[in-house]
Amino acid sequence: MKTIFAQSSSGRKGVIPAKPERTAEDMLPKYLLRRTPPRMPQVSELDVVRHFTALSRKNYNIDNNFYPLGSCTMKYNPKFMEYAASLPGFALMHPLLAQQPGGESMTQGSLEVIHETERLLAEVTGMAAFSLQPMAGAQGELTGALLIAAYHKHKGNKKSKIICPDSAHGTNPATAALAGYEVINIASKDGVLDPQILGNALDDSVAALMMTCPNTLGLFEKHLPELVEKLRASDALLYYDGANFNAIMGRMRVGDVGFDVVHLNLHKTMGTPHGGGGPGSGPVGVSERLVPFLPGPCVYKKTDGSFALQDNLPLSIGRVTPFYGHFGVFIKALAYMLRLGGHGLARASDFAVLNANYMRKRLERVLEIPYNEICMHEFVASASAYETHGVKALDIAKALLERGYHAPTVYFPLIIKECLMFEPTETENKATLDKFCDDLIEILEQAEKNPENLRAAPVNLPVRRLDETKAAREMVLVDEV
Amino acid sequence: MPFVPHTPEETQEMLACIGVDSLDNLFACIPAGMRPKHFNLPDGLSEYESCSRLEDMAGRNKHPSISFMGGGFYDHSIPKAVDALSGRGEFLTAYTPYQAEAAQGTLQAIFEYQTVVTRLMGMDVANASVYDAGSALFEAAMMAARATGRTRFVLDEGVNPLYRSMLNTLTANLSMKILTIKRDKTGLPDLNALNGAIDGQTAAVMVQNPTFFGNVLDYTDLFQQAKTVGALSVLCVYPVMQAVLKTPGEMRADIAVADGQSVGQPLNFGGPYLGMMACSKALIRQLPGRIAGRTVDLEGKTGYVLTLQAREQHIRRAKATSNICSNQALCALRSLIHISLLGPEGLIKTAERSLELSRYAEAKLCALPGVTRLNNAPFGNELALRLPGPAKDFYASLAREGIIAGTLPGHWYEGEENTLLVACTEKNTESQIDRFAAALKMRIKP
Repeated sequence: MKTIFAQSSSGRKGVIPAKPERTAEDMLPKYLLRRTPPRMPQVSELDVVRHFTALSRKNYNIDNNFYPLGSCTMKYNPKFMEYAASLPGFALMHPLLAQQPGGESMTQGSLEVIHETERLLAEVTGMAAFSLQPMAGAQGELTGALLIAAYHKHKGNKKSKIICPDSAHGTNPATAALAGYEVINIASKDGVLDPQILGNALDDSVAALMMTCPNTLGLFEKHLPELVEKLRASDALLYYDGANFNAIMGRMRVGDVGFDVVHLNLHKTMGTPHGGGGPGSGPVGVSERLVPFLPGPCVYKKTDGSFALQDNLPLSIGRVTPFYGHFGVFIKALAYMLRLGGHGLARASDFAVLNANYMRKRLERVLEIPYNEICMHEFVASASAYETHGVKALDIAKALLERGYHAPTVYFPLIIKECLMFEPTETENKATLDKFCDDLIEILEQAEKNPENLRAAPVNLPVRRLDETKAAREMVLVDEV
Repeated sequence: MPFVPHTPEETQEMLACIGVDSLDNLFACIPAGMRPKHFNLPDGLSEYESCSRLEDMAGRNKHPSISFMGGGFYDHSIPKAVDALSGRGEFLTAYTPYQAEAAQGTLQAIFEYQTVVTRLMGMDVANASVYDAGSALFEAAMMAARATGRTRFVLDEGVNPLYRSMLNTLTANLSMKILTIKRDKTGLPDLNALNGAIDGQTAAVMVQNPTFFGNVLDYTDLFQQAKTVGALSVLCVYPVMQAVLKTPGEMRADIAVADGQSVGQPLNFGGPYLGMMACSKALIRQLPGRIAGRTVDLEGKTGYVLTLQAREQHIRRAKATSNICSNQALCALRSLIHISLLGPEGLIKTAERSLELSRYAEAKLCALPGVTRLNNAPFGNELALRLPGPAKDFYASLAREGIIAGTLPGHWYEGEENTLLVACTEKNTESQIDRFAAALKMRIKP
């Protein structure tokens, strides 16, 4: 399909928002001006509408397709949340206003949204306090690592390492490194962390353990109490990666069981849309002992019931976002939590786990499931048995695309060969799961009978398999039109 | 129960298939001692009730009738087609385009977005966005550190104080040394001091155009000086003004960053916005985050993929260029649509109208007794004024009348207690400026 640049016709006008009487040359010296106008598309509004509507049709998305994409929690994104976020009273508010003289009283509604969202997230997780500043999960992790560093520094501890399990998301080790820590990888045993193995890796230089629970195999970390005890003994903190939090709402609160820092991915657990890769929102919650280090400014409720900003926080790590985080995202999460209530959130997790286990049982005869026990909200299967037919996990993924399903996560976690990771989420009904399993079973029969069909898939999508090597070698990263 | 579609019969059938007799038993793996102490969340509400709650909160915000607030974040008009197109479920509810065949819409849009960013900045390549300009500045510093093997930075005080504060937080645990160069007495970057501070140990010099005080500069000589000692140059710009101002590429910057808020994102009380990042081709492998590339499929048909992924955390883990995963894809799409709708003429006219109004404001406000410009250097659409008394007193008094006079830099800069920044966009009018000037005049003691 032609790019928007290829549709440009010199002199065609789009939307002209203003009619200035003076030109830039009139108002600024020439040496400060660009030599030529920016080469942007010259197209009509209708051209733009047609182009982006056509592009949108080339996307899989939750509104059209089932997305059993492990670790990504692609649940339905309720439409009323978009309405809430688009209310002009919120959307048009300048963030600096709250920090200017007289501004607090003009921004009470926005400040209340922040305060209320933090309060509800704290109750859901059992943490002492939350900050909504982190703009995505990975930034939540980095904020968490900085909080851990600030805590140890304040106590005079000399800590230089962070432990990550081999099943961890890539963001965990990348975050620990970005925060200046040496990363220690430890293996899991029987799919979960082993207190003995952790004990061997622990010494006085360990600042924290970053863990995901349930882990990326979809298994609950059953030795958690012992892990907590070992970490406490060496004054190492426990970090909870909330990527898989959709499994345990109402069943476990991370604060109650000894975690010190948690980040949540509101674009996963709280149903805010992924937007083709973002924006997310990655709030961070902390235990009592880390509260003084939270990013500022914080919103607090005054005794008269009004809301105010506090930026005089001597131990705070500072700010990780220009203002208060992704307001336009976490307001949707607030809408979601208000709508579902405590009961609804707990039911969401219950049915996420039900759906995952149902799918696991339906597929266990056709796919090897390395840890075939009751799983949480996702499970991991291996397609290595099909390698004898020359079929890889990737081929199965592409064959699923052909049938109108988004593929499960493939080749993650790294510890399982030819890995397929399924997370159906609670918002899918039984008929969808049944149809998906039937189709996958048929695909796997094809893998044995006509493996070339799988290797050739997809055939009927906007493009067939793409040459990634060519893309990386030639690096055509901008349009030359 | 909202958004859980199961009938009681289906639930029973599914439990029977799994071989457990209740939902509770699916959670038997969680030890009894680890169950929640409490879970005191409010009861759920109907859709109507939830919306009413939020409408009530929105109603407790009071919007000024006139505002000249900027500080790096500007209220430009956004064509309604931006909302209509970016709000399509096909874009909104899609995942990151790892499965390229099922995500050509998002991937081509990223490719086009990268093109728009490079053309705006006059740079070679761009990534698919980071969170905001502050994050982009941090990532630029990390790029420079890796590319030069050096850890010292020269940072101008004219860079938005919010971004500088983020940079301090995010580098707190790294062995980086950031030398902040104080502005001169008139609020302008001290180019001599910046030049003098760059040496053979400098990883990068980091400046902004227009500066936080609104001044427009040409940093070509400074960047040349940096190049001679092997340091990189990082320039933070404002996308709307970039339609007319000399580009980072024309000044020979190595890395350009910007906040894309002003092109297509509502102010939204602080986000989501997007960090635009572009660089020279030589630095491409240091660029963090996603990058889309053009290629062909099995049949030779043009298509797009995420490329150079060996830089990223899901492949390289602890050795990745950054930990970024989620970026600002939908915001990047909004900026692309916004810029496509406006085209070169719409972009230039937006910039020129904003410049024109700020000059009108200069004429009106500087005619008031005791009101002067902070300096007489060229400025963009934001004007730094010195008022005859503490700016916050004027500010608070005007706010009570529904006029937001602008931004007070005294919050971040010592000695600027009497300074006010007044920003204009094409959404302001001459009559608003007249009203503002009249209201300010009444508050100035003769």
